[in-house]
Amino acid sequence: MNLAEGVQIVSFGILAAAVLISALGVVLLKNVVYSAFLLGGSFISMAGLYFLLNADFVAAAQVLVYVGAINVLILFAIMLVNKQEEYAVVKGAGVRQVATGLVCLGLFALLGTMVVSTPWAISSATPAGDSSIVTIGIHFFTDFLLPFELVSVLLLIALVGAIVLARREFVPENLSASGEDEALMLPERQREMVSSRDDN
Amino acid sequence: MQLQYFLLIAAALFCIGVFGLVTSRNAVRVLMSIELMLNAVNLNLMAFSNYVDPKEIKGQVFTTFIIAIAAAEAAVGLAIVLAIYRNRDTVDMEQFNLLKW
Repeated sequence: MNLAEGVQIVSFGILAAAVLISALGVVLLKNVVYSAFLLGGSFISMAGLYFLLNADFVAAAQVLVYVGAINVLILFAIMLVNKQEEYAVVKGAGVRQVATGLVCLGLFALLGTMVVSTPWAISSATPAGDSSIVTIGIHFFTDFLLPFELVSVLLLIALVGAIVLARREFVPENLSASGEDEALMLPERQREMVSSRDDN
Repeated sequence: MQLQYFLLIAAALFCIGVFGLVTSRNAVRVLMSIELMLNAVNLNLMAFSNYVDPKEIKGQVFTTFIIAIAAAEAAVGLAIVLAIYRNRDTVDMEQFNLLKW
């Protein structure tokens, strides 16, 4: 990255503030739709941080996969399950939140002291920079070949699993006689019918 | 620019994710908190990859794997939330006690 030191520090400050503030918004805001959009902002700021770390390929993958796929998926899920409901009051919810906050602050203090006090073995070699995508490709097809293929199988399994979990298991009772209604209804077979047909 | 700054940001993000994971009532928000925690881990790996291992950049390879696994996790998790919502007609975490006791 051929940026001056001052530019790097200023952009790091802006991006870090954006990441943390939008992450706090994701957790603390009441409306879950705002949370989903702020999550997208957090992901994009995170991609900016990756650019500061000389990783252009992973930054592009972050924007494509996280913002383009996961965030859109979350928004669709919110639209599908967005029922305005008043949550029943749980006894001791305030105590629980305060205790969780204390635990998280303690965890942060612990991690912070560890980060500051550890002497990191910082390498002085010049970063891969623009050739990072070449290096990543070489890793994928030599020493990380087995995990690379396993990830493709895992994605296939997740795809099939998500479809099996999310689809409806009943045929609507009120199928009308007219054809266009049926086309819009997308009826699905019951499990028993599928299994009995497999038995034959 | 130092390694420690990035690690502190990642630690803060991870703690925010843990807080959201424990305190959220909405199941979709719980999944969003998990994504935040995965992102914190990614930032850690990327920072180490840039400052400790700048030639081999194995951290970036790991980050790519984690992004792929996060995509699979989000798809399956949201499908589970949809299935539970269809059965129970709510997304309140306090009422998901199917596997409790």
